[in-house]
Amino acid sequence: MTTRLFGSGIRRREDPRLITGQASYTDDIKLAGLVHAAILRSPHGHARITGIDTSAAAAAPGVIAVYTGADTEGVLNPMPCAWVIPDSDVKAVAYPPIAKDVVRYVGDAVAVVVAEDRYQAEDALELINVDYEPLPTVINPEAAMQEGAPQLHEDAPNNQAFHWVAAGGDTDDAFANADVVVRDTIIQQKLIPNPMEPRSAIASFVPSMGELTIWNTTQNPHIARFVTCLVTGLPEHKIRVIAPEVGGGFGAKIAVYAWDMVTAFCAMKLGRPVKWTETRSENFVSTTHGRDHVEYVEMAADSNGRVSGVRSVVYAGMGAYLSTAAPGIPTILHGLMYSGPYDIANIKADIYGVFTNSTPVEAYRGAGRPEATFLLERLMDLVAAEVGKDPVEVRRMNLIPKFENGHDVAIGLTYDSGDYEGVLNVALEHVNYDQLRHDQAHARSTNHGHGPLTGIGVSCYCEICGLGPSQVAGAVGFGGGLWESATVRFYATGKVNVFIGTSPHGQGEETTFAQIMSEELGVPVDDVEVIHGDTDTTPMGWGTYGSRTTVVGGGALALSARKIKEKAITLAAHLLEAAEADIEYEDGNFFVRGAPDNGKSIQEIALMANVAWNMPEGMEPGLEATTFYDPPNFSYPFGAHVAVVNVDPDNGHIVLERYVAVDDCGPQINPMIVEGQVHGGVVQGAGQALWEGAVYDDNGQLLTGSMLDYALPRAHLVPDIETLSTVTPSPHNPLGVKGIGETGTIASTVTIYNAVIDALRPLGVTRLEMPLTPERVWRAIQEAGGNRHDHGDGHGHSHDHGH
Amino acid sequence: MKVPIKLTVNGRSHESEVEARTLLVHYLRDDLGLTGTKIGCDTSQCGACVVRMNGATLKSCTCLAVQADGAEVTTIEGLAQDGNLHPVQEAFWDNHGLQCGYCTAGMIMTITELLDRNPNPSAEEVRAGLEGNICRCTGYHNIVKAALAAAEAIRSS
Amino acid sequence: MYTPDFHYHKAGSVAEAVEMLGHHEDSRLLAGGHSLLPLMRLRLARPATLIDIGGLDELRGIRVHDGHIHIGALTTHGEIARSHDVQHANPLVAEVAGGIGDTQVRNRGTIGGNLAHADPASDWGTIITVMEGSVDVQGPNGSRTIGIADFFQGAFETAVADDEIITGVRVPTLVRQGNGHGHEHGQDHGHDHGHDHGAESISGEVGEYAKMSHPASFYPVIGGAVVINADGGRCVSARVAVGGLVPTPRRAPSVEAALAGQELTAGNLEAAANQLSNDLGDEIIGDVFASADYRRAIAPVEVKHAMLHAIGLAHH
Repeated sequence: MTTRLFGSGIRRREDPRLITGQASYTDDIKLAGLVHAAILRSPHGHARITGIDTSAAAAAPGVIAVYTGADTEGVLNPMPCAWVIPDSDVKAVAYPPIAKDVVRYVGDAVAVVVAEDRYQAEDALELINVDYEPLPTVINPEAAMQEGAPQLHEDAPNNQAFHWVAAGGDTDDAFANADVVVRDTIIQQKLIPNPMEPRSAIASFVPSMGELTIWNTTQNPHIARFVTCLVTGLPEHKIRVIAPEVGGGFGAKIAVYAWDMVTAFCAMKLGRPVKWTETRSENFVSTTHGRDHVEYVEMAADSNGRVSGVRSVVYAGMGAYLSTAAPGIPTILHGLMYSGPYDIANIKADIYGVFTNSTPVEAYRGAGRPEATFLLERLMDLVAAEVGKDPVEVRRMNLIPKFENGHDVAIGLTYDSGDYEGVLNVALEHVNYDQLRHDQAHARSTNHGHGPLTGIGVSCYCEICGLGPSQVAGAVGFGGGLWESATVRFYATGKVNVFIGTSPHGQGEETTFAQIMSEELGVPVDDVEVIHGDTDTTPMGWGTYGSRTTVVGGGALALSARKIKEKAITLAAHLLEAAEADIEYEDGNFFVRGAPDNGKSIQEIALMANVAWNMPEGMEPGLEATTFYDPPNFSYPFGAHVAVVNVDPDNGHIVLERYVAVDDCGPQINPMIVEGQVHGGVVQGAGQALWEGAVYDDNGQLLTGSMLDYALPRAHLVPDIETLSTVTPSPHNPLGVKGIGETGTIASTVTIYNAVIDALRPLGVTRLEMPLTPERVWRAIQEAGGNRHDHGDGHGHSHDHGH
Repeated sequence: MKVPIKLTVNGRSHESEVEARTLLVHYLRDDLGLTGTKIGCDTSQCGACVVRMNGATLKSCTCLAVQADGAEVTTIEGLAQDGNLHPVQEAFWDNHGLQCGYCTAGMIMTITELLDRNPNPSAEEVRAGLEGNICRCTGYHNIVKAALAAAEAIRSS
Repeated sequence: MYTPDFHYHKAGSVAEAVEMLGHHEDSRLLAGGHSLLPLMRLRLARPATLIDIGGLDELRGIRVHDGHIHIGALTTHGEIARSHDVQHANPLVAEVAGGIGDTQVRNRGTIGGNLAHADPASDWGTIITVMEGSVDVQGPNGSRTIGIADFFQGAFETAVADDEIITGVRVPTLVRQGNGHGHEHGQDHGHDHGHDHGAESISGEVGEYAKMSHPASFYPVIGGAVVINADGGRCVSARVAVGGLVPTPRRAPSVEAALAGQELTAGNLEAAANQLSNDLGDEIIGDVFASADYRRAIAPVEVKHAMLHAIGLAHH
């Protein structure tokens, strides 16, 4: 019987505690003497604080302390930005954990109350009197850079946070000599990530030892410890960060938050453990947002649709301050991906990071790559319309041909492996694309714009993930490494603990990593427990984001397992009185060639290594290995997606009828988990296309500030997601795997968007802004009313581009 | 203002004095230590806090503890019987109906009532029945699959 | 998420609750709590006293009598939706009740609480308006019945006095509902087609409701309700009401008049629905999701959908 389960969709080992309510998330944890913090937040988008009176709050029932920016100033250091892109003049403006003189967005912290219970703390917040002198606000990142716009920071003229340019080839030449140039202005609306678990921190300080422990809703506890050290001034070895069960992150739990530092400050001042948990409404303004680009994009092609160039000018909103990793997102993770899966000789990305009076922006699922994929796929459709070809045909002629070990693109990256036409073919065949187009044409010719209009969107993508390598991280200004670590520890009973530096929070690595162990050493998955999320017990690691946990952390684990295997072979040779060269390994058994029945199992080896009664000369006891794995390159998953929508022209209502995702993430350790990642990612991307978007008024008030107003995808609004895959191993990591956590989101937004435009093109609608609310669609139809042309063939020319 | 209440939670009776403003979800989590019921929003949208009261699901954030006086409440902790998972729990496990697990208790509680009322729902009826529960991880695909599998398991048991 | 403090009293009878209302300044009734508690949790409402009427069984229950369904104020939307009596006596009401909010809202939210809240887009407001129902209230001076046309005084304002309690709702019976199923965008994949032949077989009274719901709150954005009295495919008379457009549910006399005497063809229904703007005035509600202009333009579509479904010209 085999114990190898690599590639098998076994059910998850973390689930029993989650389906019974026995898992402990941060807010579930209680400590003796625990008290509760609540944070007073600015109701203004931009204002000067001219006075704060906390006396009534301090005297309120149950209140233990009230602190303001005056109390934290000089005690807590400003919040650091950890991704300072070189050669881009990054303005790392001061980001005080509690604002003292000026508030710069609705949600900026002004004071904190600590009370015996949270109700009392909330009561006391209302008793704090703050005098504000309102200042003008600016929300749109492009507007923020214009002359005369309100200025957020003295040391960031024109609100410019940075300016970064990346280029390959000669775009000026490409555009000057193109037959066809298509252009668009794309608004990547600001999104609010909304992991289901709100953020929370519990801080506990032992004054006699100078030790601080923080339980924290974080995707990266080791980074949180590092930043906590910088902000509190405590030495790193006296800080322990624990990420208990974490209820989703999607990028919003990467940043190290001022509020967590304020919670630590309270605990250190009071010598009592303090808990702060945001309410959902608070989350909407205080936890980082995503996207927020105003993009001017254009693509050059010849009259056949062969693309020669793509370029952009992008104003990327950063919010009021630079969050931990914010500058890297519209630059490294976006501007460098303008080739996508296509062979494009001339590329230029011209990116401005801009301060605005809104919640800081961070990574949000896909982080930069959804925006890059969006503009490429949008422009591909415009080229297709312009040259009068089917969108699939134009894509196909521009795809990079299949490659297995390295392909250089103009912008300077080297992709790992790809078969872009392969996934496209699988997708087209699965949906029977020709039939879909035929049915669509038939419907158009019979209903003449009445009744539901069917639209088909097809997109291809290639993305960059599995972040490292560290050398590149350093070269692009990331304030840390991007390697990962894993320790494998066998006990005498043959059971195994795996300690990892990454910090999964829903992605299922407690299962997939056990599957890696079963693959490498033949250990039953039930004999493996994966430990993560505690800086005191796990080796250093950089965290779970950028679809890197399995690629980099899994690589570290595979290498540790292989080290164990080498030691086991030496030990087995010794025990079997054979030469090492004669020892063979198969499925957990070490044996002399030809004599598998007289071998030593990995469990027997583990027992001997742990008791060490009979070891080879010079061999250390124990069966344990640690690997710090720094990948030689990123990984580049890819795929092709198809969406089918119906649009009701009477009221603009869109129904997502069908969604097909064909993805290639290399070998799949657990296909059930892979599919789950795709399902969720696709629906999150659908959220951006159809429902989600932060809307601010002119004063910086968030009008979509609760789940009553900000529409998240719901079960009855989405179809089943059809998932298929191909397998193209990555040549450079030990398992050949590529990330799958973000691909769905990266592809689905534009696929759905393109499907909607495809539906509406016969009515003369060629562009829309997201989210595609019924009103926006309806208005676009009305405005195009005099401009209607019934091509019926799905790819007529349109008017608003190509000039 | 303190108010005495008496209720049964997962088969155990409790007598407590609660502040009148205490929400049922806070009472369950903070007073009884039943933290399996989660808080995901503050506008009654997300459904992470769904429990059953006298058989009917409700959002325990939208109910004062005093309103549960005299009631029989079941939370996620009370679903498994004699160490056996409830079929809906089992189906969530088998079908990867959860990722981060935060919405899971509410989802499972909602589906138990849905299947009590409609033992043989269509996928569309399951989706409609999940209107009040938000999941950010799964895209709902495997939750629907789990609900249908649980229905099948319950029918054939 | 943390309500302000308040005094709490549990009423043992309607009379006691009325007395408490008169006695306690700034007091509010607590029924299902689904309108009030969300506001209190965000500290947008902060009554000094809550009078819990949740235990008053006398306010619960459904009875069909004298051509009306009598629904106790504390009856939940779910109980109404599942009531065989209601399904039989007025299937439209059962259908609408089953489409309010989500399962948990329907399990806890009450018809009385919903009407007392008087949201301009409330499903109940629109339906009871089109059904010409009425609301029973009890106060210190006894009971009275308020016709639905007089009940809503403005957005979130009713004719119920501060010391009165809604005790029940009366809705006339409706013999036959249209063959649609509470048409809601986003909840099904159905679409009506532009068939322009009449519904020759239609006779008797049919009613239907169509709405566009907000994708986040699920609250109706616009609702359109119709009751058509038909004879041999011709409209004898019609009642039409819309919600979510002006501060209160509104009857649409222009649409009703345009429909009366007409043959029930898709074209005639659409033409009648397009008269709606005559009945709305200038104070159309708008918000981030759906502007006033959009609501004004789309409302006839909802009314048309309701009509088509009512007479069976909508195709799924």
